[in-house]
Amino acid sequence: MREIKCDVAIIGAGPAGLAAALSAKEHGAKDVLVIDRDTDSGGILQQCIHAGFGLSYFHKEMTGPEYAAVFREKCDQEGIRFLFDTMVTEVRSAREIICSSTEQGLVKVYTGASILAMGCRERTRQNLRIPGTRPSGIFTAGTAQRLINRQNEMVGKSVVILGSGDIGMIMARRMSLEGAKVKAVVEIMPYLAGLTRNKVQCLDDFGIPLMLSHTVTRIMGHKRIEGVYIAEVDDQKQPIPSTEEYISCDTLLLSVGLIPENELTKGAGISTNAVTNGPEVDQRMQTVMPGLFACGNVVHVNDLADNVSIESELAGKYAAMYAAGTLPEAKAQLNVIAGEGVRYVCPHHVAVTDEEAVIRLYFRVSEPGRKTILKARSGKKEIAAREVRRVSPGEMDHIDIHTQDLTGDDVVICAEGVK
Amino acid sequence: MTRKNIICTVCPMGCNITVKADGSEIISIEGNECKRGEIYARDEFTCPTRTLTSSVLVTNAKEPLLPVRTEKPVPKAKFGECMEIIKATTVHAPIKIHQVIIHDLAGTGVNLIATCSRDV
Repeated sequence: MREIKCDVAIIGAGPAGLAAALSAKEHGAKDVLVIDRDTDSGGILQQCIHAGFGLSYFHKEMTGPEYAAVFREKCDQEGIRFLFDTMVTEVRSAREIICSSTEQGLVKVYTGASILAMGCRERTRQNLRIPGTRPSGIFTAGTAQRLINRQNEMVGKSVVILGSGDIGMIMARRMSLEGAKVKAVVEIMPYLAGLTRNKVQCLDDFGIPLMLSHTVTRIMGHKRIEGVYIAEVDDQKQPIPSTEEYISCDTLLLSVGLIPENELTKGAGISTNAVTNGPEVDQRMQTVMPGLFACGNVVHVNDLADNVSIESELAGKYAAMYAAGTLPEAKAQLNVIAGEGVRYVCPHHVAVTDEEAVIRLYFRVSEPGRKTILKARSGKKEIAAREVRRVSPGEMDHIDIHTQDLTGDDVVICAEGVK
Repeated sequence: MTRKNIICTVCPMGCNITVKADGSEIISIEGNECKRGEIYARDEFTCPTRTLTSSVLVTNAKEPLLPVRTEKPVPKAKFGECMEIIKATTVHAPIKIHQVIIHDLAGTGVNLIATCSRDV
């Protein structure tokens, strides 16, 4: 088996892996290796040819490939090594990774620290258990996006989209521009899952109806999908039979959520959080295994690549410090808990060290709302508060806390609506 | 008098703005919580523009498609015409990121540019 040595090894060359690699280099790691199963860097950004990236990170609007190219160019300038067409099969420890490379066969990587940056994958029809036949013509939105944007394969002419996630709405626009008729976007929740700007620019611009509190109840057709039944749902999200109606279509796209891709994580013996489906991390993006870091959608699903980049820079920095033996040791670990009105918070833990720092806690609220006060408590003491004009579960919020304010109790994050 | 409802996309707030107008003359803009919303609503009412993104065929490269975008936003009303031209376009690798693919796309005065490089 071929053996490679490096200071920091990163699994995944998407937005998380690229930002982590650059940051690791910047913070002193000499030899940084990025491993990816694709033949080029960028990950999902390669097929995200739409604009909307970079608004917060670069203060300008870019497309996915342009966003990825900026990071890749810097990686090349910094001499960061890439191992493409290579599938990591096992993370044996934070210092040892096994992978299978098309060119080099089995490769063992010895590293000073590792970063998990595998991203996520889409929920499928099987995850939803939609009744009906099993015809062709049912795609996850991201699969359709890859086929249309990278492989030049148009997937259909008459489309229903289940789920109002961002990828689904973006594909509604893309397919409309390519000449398909998108008949409806159907969302089970009473509110939009994705960003408002995507509803405006992807649905409203093309006259595509958004049906909130509706779901697909049956799939019809034998060889190819011929149509779907949709129905309104009640408060318990149960379809109301009297409202059922038929929509003919030759394609059904599913944009019903993403699942962090954590087979390698679990294989390394690390459990995943029940809400985020990713490994739990501290503010340095270190998992429970010392020297093994994680960042981006493998930890929790982000709505913006920009946030992934920022978070991943932390993973890169601290992984470089771990590899160099300079990562401050944690004297204690505090839990960060989702309180009233909050679905989850990331990072899940705060490692108490001598390092004085501002820690940015990212979280999602449980319900949409207008004016809201976001609060952080350490035990009974309020350590941060911020008022926002609007909250939505589809748009991640954050609050900054200072390490010197921590009381030694768990940190609780709440979102209190203001009447 | 006509009324047009516009959802602002400048920030995540997503204000519901109502523009009242007499023909093309704006009488009032209401519902925006900041000045940027007023400018957005005015532009949306008079001539909504968007950055158009798509792909063109590329030969001599590892992948069959080259992603492209308009260098600046173009009028929404021109999307159909722009797409007709984009669909009929084939380019040859090598292509450098931000290279101009089509000059003055559909008479908009805006160039269509590559959003990634394609090596041979």
